[in-house]
Amino acid sequence: MNSAVTDVGKTPQSSVPGLNAFWVQMAAMICFTVLLSLVLDFMKVWPQEWILPIKERITEFFTWLDKEAGIGQLKFKTVTRSVSWLLEQPLDWAEYILYRGIKAKQLPAIFWIFMPVIGLAVLHKRFGLQKCLIAVAAIWAITLADNVVIQSGLYELPRTTMDALGIKKLDALPWVVIVAGAGILGHWIGGWKLALFSAGCIGYLAVMGLWRDSMKTFSIVLVSVPFAVVLGLGLGIWVTRSKRAAAIISPMFDIMQATPHMAYLVPVVVLFGAGQVPAMIATVIFAMPPMARCTILGIQTVSSDVQESGRMSGCTPRQLLWKVTLPSSQRILMLGVNQVVMQTLAMVVIASMVGAQGLGHKLLFSLQQLRLGAAVEQGLAIVLMAVVLDRLTQAYANRAPGELASRETGWRARKHLWLFLGVTVAAYLLAQFIPMVEKYPRAFTFTLGRNIDFALRAFSKHAYDYINPVRDFITVYMLIPFRDFFLWLPWSTVIGVVGLAAYWLGGIRTTLLTTGLITAVILVSGNWEQGMLTLYLVTSAVILCVLIGVPIGIWASRSERAARPIMATCDTLQTFPSFIYLIPVIMLLKVGDLSNVIAILAYATVPAIRYTYLGIKRIPEVTIEASIANGTTPLQRLWKVELPIALPEIMLGINQTIMMALAMTAITALIGSSDLGQEIYRALPTSDSGRGIMAGLGIAVIGIVADRLIQAWAAERKKQLGIN
Amino acid sequence: MKITKLLATSAIVAASLAFTLPAYAEAESDDPIIMVQNNWTSQLVLSFVVGKTLEGMGYTVEYAPSDSQLQFKAIADGDMHFQVEAWEGSMKEAFEKAVADDGMVDAGTHTAATREEWWIPDYVLEKCPKAQDWKGLDACAEIFATAETKPKGRFVGPPADWGKNYAARIDALQMNFKAINVGQAATLWAELQSAYDRKEPIVLFNWTPNFIESKFKGRFVDFPKPEKGCMEDKAWGPNPNATGDCGAPHSGWLKKAAWSGLAEKYPKAWAVMQKVDFDNAQIASAALMVDVDGMSPEEAADKWIADNSAVVEGWKK
Repeated sequence: MNSAVTDVGKTPQSSVPGLNAFWVQMAAMICFTVLLSLVLDFMKVWPQEWILPIKERITEFFTWLDKEAGIGQLKFKTVTRSVSWLLEQPLDWAEYILYRGIKAKQLPAIFWIFMPVIGLAVLHKRFGLQKCLIAVAAIWAITLADNVVIQSGLYELPRTTMDALGIKKLDALPWVVIVAGAGILGHWIGGWKLALFSAGCIGYLAVMGLWRDSMKTFSIVLVSVPFAVVLGLGLGIWVTRSKRAAAIISPMFDIMQATPHMAYLVPVVVLFGAGQVPAMIATVIFAMPPMARCTILGIQTVSSDVQESGRMSGCTPRQLLWKVTLPSSQRILMLGVNQVVMQTLAMVVIASMVGAQGLGHKLLFSLQQLRLGAAVEQGLAIVLMAVVLDRLTQAYANRAPGELASRETGWRARKHLWLFLGVTVAAYLLAQFIPMVEKYPRAFTFTLGRNIDFALRAFSKHAYDYINPVRDFITVYMLIPFRDFFLWLPWSTVIGVVGLAAYWLGGIRTTLLTTGLITAVILVSGNWEQGMLTLYLVTSAVILCVLIGVPIGIWASRSERAARPIMATCDTLQTFPSFIYLIPVIMLLKVGDLSNVIAILAYATVPAIRYTYLGIKRIPEVTIEASIANGTTPLQRLWKVELPIALPEIMLGINQTIMMALAMTAITALIGSSDLGQEIYRALPTSDSGRGIMAGLGIAVIGIVADRLIQAWAAERKKQLGIN
Repeated sequence: MKITKLLATSAIVAASLAFTLPAYAEAESDDPIIMVQNNWTSQLVLSFVVGKTLEGMGYTVEYAPSDSQLQFKAIADGDMHFQVEAWEGSMKEAFEKAVADDGMVDAGTHTAATREEWWIPDYVLEKCPKAQDWKGLDACAEIFATAETKPKGRFVGPPADWGKNYAARIDALQMNFKAINVGQAATLWAELQSAYDRKEPIVLFNWTPNFIESKFKGRFVDFPKPEKGCMEDKAWGPNPNATGDCGAPHSGWLKKAAWSGLAEKYPKAWAVMQKVDFDNAQIASAALMVDVDGMSPEEAADKWIADNSAVVEGWKK
């Protein structure tokens, strides 16, 4: 910290030793490669003949997996299809409960599986686990035998009973029950405030007339989240146990998260088919890494005292993990769960492209119809669901440890459960007389959709005359020259500059990694031009994001009153399905590069704001006071003290901004572009896995290279400032 | 204790499988027929019309949303079963690939003819009276120009993955236009809506039948009629030195696509699917109920079936 204050008078450059040498080398590198590429054509544009057929090989590999792979009679495809089928079962059950209802012919199977299990759960303490298990097994054996061989009517009993009562199907949970359930859950976890909030948000889904679609989406969330959590937990534990696993899995997570979601779609469809389940699998792939990361972090940060006391009391390694380590890192694990939930909801729209039903599908349909208002409401429904789940999981994570094991005993300990059961039974009974208990009446729905459409059209009509000249100016004099510059750059210059920067910031290993990745994934596979166009779009957008985001972050750090609405807006912008931004942007700015840049901007500015705010807020009081005591003006304080100290943090924010901008290029491709994002879409018609994957990996590589360089720089800088 | 727990879990898993498996195998014909749903109006309404007809015959029907390109892979794999609208214009490549690879079959062609071509709103004619013809349009290319295309006119083209090459046609006809490809159909409509509200000249890719006809007044631009020689013979057409100097066919096909296993698994449903046939007016009226009257696609399908009961009964025979 002292060094930070003494740094005040100097310019930042002079604080890095040998920086001048760096610039000299950089200039030499640029001159050398540019001159070289003037003489040798192949140093400028990678020759067509040298492009390796990587995409073709990948496509062939997936076709082979799809059609031929397998051991003897057991085809690989059979295995993947069985996995799909297995995953389909819990999803079906969630759907029966949430919106489909159970038809008479499905009832026996469901009844005979679940009734004994529920009985087991309730009674095993009284009668002993073993006896109950035997009873369950007996019931299953008898009913199963009855279904397959005897057919005395026992298996069909639930169905015949229902027929006798004149009930054609068991209805799904009435909306009232689910709204009340959200409230009861909220109360159990966080008290009245949370209860009202959860019930209100979920209730509003019905008010907007989106109940059924919301439940469709919710059933996917309900099944994918536990699945992603268990998988992430398992992988996370494995990584902390085995060095070899860590070496393979950690970089894979980096790549998985940096690859745009769209790129997963084609391989998932090839392997798992299309429909709800593949959509779920794509979701799990995307949502699982944060859980694994939090698990690793949680296990590694458990204090050694806790571990030691666990070992002293004679824990086996397994007991140590399950009874000591994991419970004491409960908070960070719940943070992981929270992230999984948010990522799952972020996938809702994209998953609908391969067959997920519900809000995502409706949202794309509304956009296709130009009903932006309807799309906004469908997006809002996704956001509401995300917010409720976010609050619930966060509140759960923040409960004091030990509070879970309630002091109360008897029915009081389970009063929430009993209340929920009571509400359910009451609602089913009431629904027989008052239909609106079961289905929210359509007449009571209330939507603002048309008004939003009208407002947007009026805005685009009147604002266009003012916006158009600005658009033309920026496009013609800034973006197009910038693009031409990127397209002109010889590949040797780009790789040379990246390699040199990597060497100075991180050493020879970083150089080898970054240049190697760029060469292998983007250059040699023949995606160079698309890669440069992506880089151009992302660079333009990131420059604007920083110019806009950093000042807003500074402003928020100065005024608490401004900070609240700004942070709330940030949250909304990030959870809102980004597809929605596209339509207004096109109506105002037409199809062109500026539309792409602005759509990226809307999504990717958030981290720049947030990290700047946090970075400045985290500067110790003492440092600020010292600078005030030294007589700095507020402006000097900002430029010479706060920004330099917060710079590593801000750079991490920019790092996040780059990642988000890259992810967004896959979505802005829908406006129209010819970058890597567009390549992913072009791979869809023919299910060309190789083309889609290489384009996705290309985007990931740009992100990873930027990440490595910035991380290396931030580490160096923090060391100089004496911050850990 | 640990072993009993382990046993318990595995028993539950095994039993769930055992119970669902026989039910699955036994109820073969009870398996749902899965209708593909895309994200435009007519397709949604028509797939509900067919789905509800099949439901009326006692089948279980489910609807699965899908991307309009990935769907053919899904149909070929039997994950989805029936697509009521496959367009020559945007899906030919993927359709033919899926049929050639086995798994998907061509379930017949609708009476409805499709056309896709350059399209202008009627108000353009005020500024450029001869714009209905490609030569007339080309003469006032400048009014369609934007800053980045100047002095050339700007043609808003179809999504790049639809396999159209309008840049080539512009070259062949030596037109003073530049094609800007959009990323998805919704982008076209956003451009059109914005220009239409301001009465700004625009020429864009459009097709029929589609909901645009009921919301915006406009017309297709006439290009030289495509004949066999156009694509092969350089001498053919306005430009003696190029092939491809002609417009798109005026009547492209609209097909139905189905999983090849349907015939065996649900023979009666398959017979109906083959007979299903819509003409342009029927498709337009189905879409109109949603796009103009504000019904949901499902309600529109109910109404369409009620209004056209004779047609629907005809399919079942």
